[in-house]
Amino acid sequence: MTKLADPAALAAWQAALAAADGHDRPTLTVCGGTGCRVYGSERVCAALQQESDRRGADLAVKVTGCHGFCERGPLVVSHPERQMYTRVKPEDAREVVAAVLDGRPVADRLRYPDPQTGLPIQHEQDVPFYRHQHRLVLDLNGTLDPLSLDDYVAAGGYAALAKALTALTPAAVIAEVKAAGLRGRGGAGFPTGAKWEACRRQPGDVKYLICNADEGDPGAYMDRSIMEGNPHRVLEGLLIGAYAIGARQGFVYIRNEYPLAVKHLRAAIAQAEARGLLGENILGTGFSFHLSVRLGSGAFVCGEETALMASIEGRVGEPRPRPPYPAEAGLWGKPTNINNVKSWAAVPLIIANGAAWYAALGTPTSKGTLIFSVVGKINNTGLVEVPLGISLRQLIFDIGGGIPNGKQFKAAQIGGPSGGCIPAEHLDTPIDYESLSALGAIVGSGGLVVADEDTCMVDFARYFMQFTQEESCGKCVPCRVGTKAMLATLERICAGQGRPGDVEYLLELGETIKRSSLCGLGQTAPNPVLSTLRHFRAEYDAHILHQTCPAKVCKGLITYQVRPEKCTGCMVCLRNCAVGAIHGAKQQPHTIDPAVCTRCGMCQSVCKFDAVAVN
Amino acid sequence: MIQLTIDDRRVTVAEGRTLLEACREHGFPVPTLCYHPALKPYGGCRLCVVEVAQPPPPGDARPRPARLAAACTYPCEPGLVVRTNSEAVQRSRRLTAELLLAGAYQSPEMWALAKSLGVEQVRFQLPEADNCVVCGLCVRACQEIVGVSAISLIKRGMAKQVSPPFEIASAACLGCGTCVLICPTGVLRLEDVSGYRSAHAAGAAEAREYCQTCSELDLEPHFVAAPEALLAAAREGTGL
Repeated sequence: MTKLADPAALAAWQAALAAADGHDRPTLTVCGGTGCRVYGSERVCAALQQESDRRGADLAVKVTGCHGFCERGPLVVSHPERQMYTRVKPEDAREVVAAVLDGRPVADRLRYPDPQTGLPIQHEQDVPFYRHQHRLVLDLNGTLDPLSLDDYVAAGGYAALAKALTALTPAAVIAEVKAAGLRGRGGAGFPTGAKWEACRRQPGDVKYLICNADEGDPGAYMDRSIMEGNPHRVLEGLLIGAYAIGARQGFVYIRNEYPLAVKHLRAAIAQAEARGLLGENILGTGFSFHLSVRLGSGAFVCGEETALMASIEGRVGEPRPRPPYPAEAGLWGKPTNINNVKSWAAVPLIIANGAAWYAALGTPTSKGTLIFSVVGKINNTGLVEVPLGISLRQLIFDIGGGIPNGKQFKAAQIGGPSGGCIPAEHLDTPIDYESLSALGAIVGSGGLVVADEDTCMVDFARYFMQFTQEESCGKCVPCRVGTKAMLATLERICAGQGRPGDVEYLLELGETIKRSSLCGLGQTAPNPVLSTLRHFRAEYDAHILHQTCPAKVCKGLITYQVRPEKCTGCMVCLRNCAVGAIHGAKQQPHTIDPAVCTRCGMCQSVCKFDAVAVN
Repeated sequence: MIQLTIDDRRVTVAEGRTLLEACREHGFPVPTLCYHPALKPYGGCRLCVVEVAQPPPPGDARPRPARLAAACTYPCEPGLVVRTNSEAVQRSRRLTAELLLAGAYQSPEMWALAKSLGVEQVRFQLPEADNCVVCGLCVRACQEIVGVSAISLIKRGMAKQVSPPFEIASAACLGCGTCVLICPTGVLRLEDVSGYRSAHAAGAAEAREYCQTCSELDLEPHFVAAPEALLAAAREGTGL
């Protein structure tokens, strides 16, 4: 494989790919994202390939990155007509291939039913989950083979790099990113162009770039999906940034828990190096940039930029105070620019399409799109890309399909364990940096966990507090001991041992930890507690003052009881009780001994007669 | 030289000073625990927090919002507006001291420090309190003063603790006792140094020898001992 001698060679390659035989042959794309892989998409892919071969058909089968609609995986889409098949099993291969080649109808079970009409939807673009999205960064995730540089180049890949290198000065690139209004997608929302400029202005020849791919929020997997599905776009963003900032070396700091993303990223780096898109004298322009992968070892705090840099340097992943900021003294004391995967991936789009195109989406202060991983008590879990400024209601109901089992929406935790919850009365709040901040939440890295009426908000807050407490590095006292004190208080409240004054103590701890902790982990750790206290204070009071858990979740505050009028005495619950807490004879109403009962809920879940009540 | 404002007073300090150094140089008291003048600032205990506000940009007279920052690690910058004893600062220090006591409520030294900041009660206690407040002084002294790094902080969060590498005795330990001397809560004892926390396997010949030598050492914890005196004491004790 020869290196591309100049930008014209890249354009020629792209033209050749577009003109090549079979570039537009019918194709089935199979989602190879982690969710669909867990559902068995690799076997589905093999079965489709086998069926295509058996029929001697000119049908390509391609594994792509995450399509996003994880709830309905494994996902298969035909191209060019974009027929969508959901929950495909290997044994469905014959039916799907016949549908594509012969135009035969497929069984409804392979189609996504319209939530309103119940009728099967044929085309991907008609599915409400996709229809209301605005996919910029994720646009190619469903069509590219992530291991094929040809695919990326054929889709216009690296043209933005060529444009930057030939038509724009570094200052012009920064001006473009500034004008686009891109803000750091790692959570803090700092203007990306201003950050780049600060680093560029620093004296010295040695500057570093870092791609922060240490995605660690519970339930968040958008960085992972971008790197798994379209690693070259992250590379291209880094290359453009390196050119703008004047860096010759970059690092991708990625969690070792993401083996597929690591594999795809490493493959992309090797491919780009082989074609002269990475390394010395890129595209013959004299610009050079090298990129290395560094693996994280499972510490959440290493997503914090100073801890991350310590980890790259080979030291313990602990944060250090800022200032000095990384732009002044970062990796090995040199000026360093660090951005999140999503920020880097947005850069080629901005350079290729222009700042105005990107800034046309969003609100006056928050431009472009955000990617959310939507999980929890919601019908359509998955990856969602939307313009900033859409309302939480649109995100949860139009795209997310609302709450399962006809339950009521209660709150959405935005921004993972560093974020806050937003209650139902603020569902129409636009999702942008300022509006969420005003409600005590943050945009964060884009994790969105939905809670329904059966969720206890004290327990919800306790869960996130437990996460951050376990992930505290332990360097500073407010975070190490303070989060433990908050967690212990929450655990007491959930166990029914809350005391008057606990709420005030939590507030005092929360405010102090936020203000006095060393790094972002501690400074945001109290947010889930503070925001639930702000919006769901009554639930805390019910736990503490009235010894009740309104959502009937906290085990220390509930009892399971048999409704004698409904119990048929079938003995199913009795047999399933792991601790022998249920007594009673056949065809006689049973009783549960609260002293023995562990509140596991098994009796309720096995009872067919709705005869077990929680009080 | 850099000009900044501390508690409404304009002061001038040399370039490269931290806020803590500036405060102490100009007579503004700031409590510390993990700070030691002979060691690099660490920023862990958060007792030295002060309120820091950036100067307003030119043409904008409105004061900028203040944030809490550890004075020991914050570099002096021109025009900073610093408050060393505001209500927010006091509240933060009180709660931090109380949290320090959660793991060291049997330490008279920690109680004295906390009381001086206005703490009267401890609302939260760690069941496994062993009086180590993980300030890292011993570890940093071993690294920066003695130069051997025989001990380090291992694990994270509540499990963080002082230990020789891999929790096995390390040959790097000189047995100088600096770690014992610098410990603010007196949690490091001779038996620790000759045993678990030390580089010398308990029962080894040199360990016994070391114990005999060091038994004459002054074991009272030194809150902010002068490094010279500390080193001299260590030398005296070990004959190094």
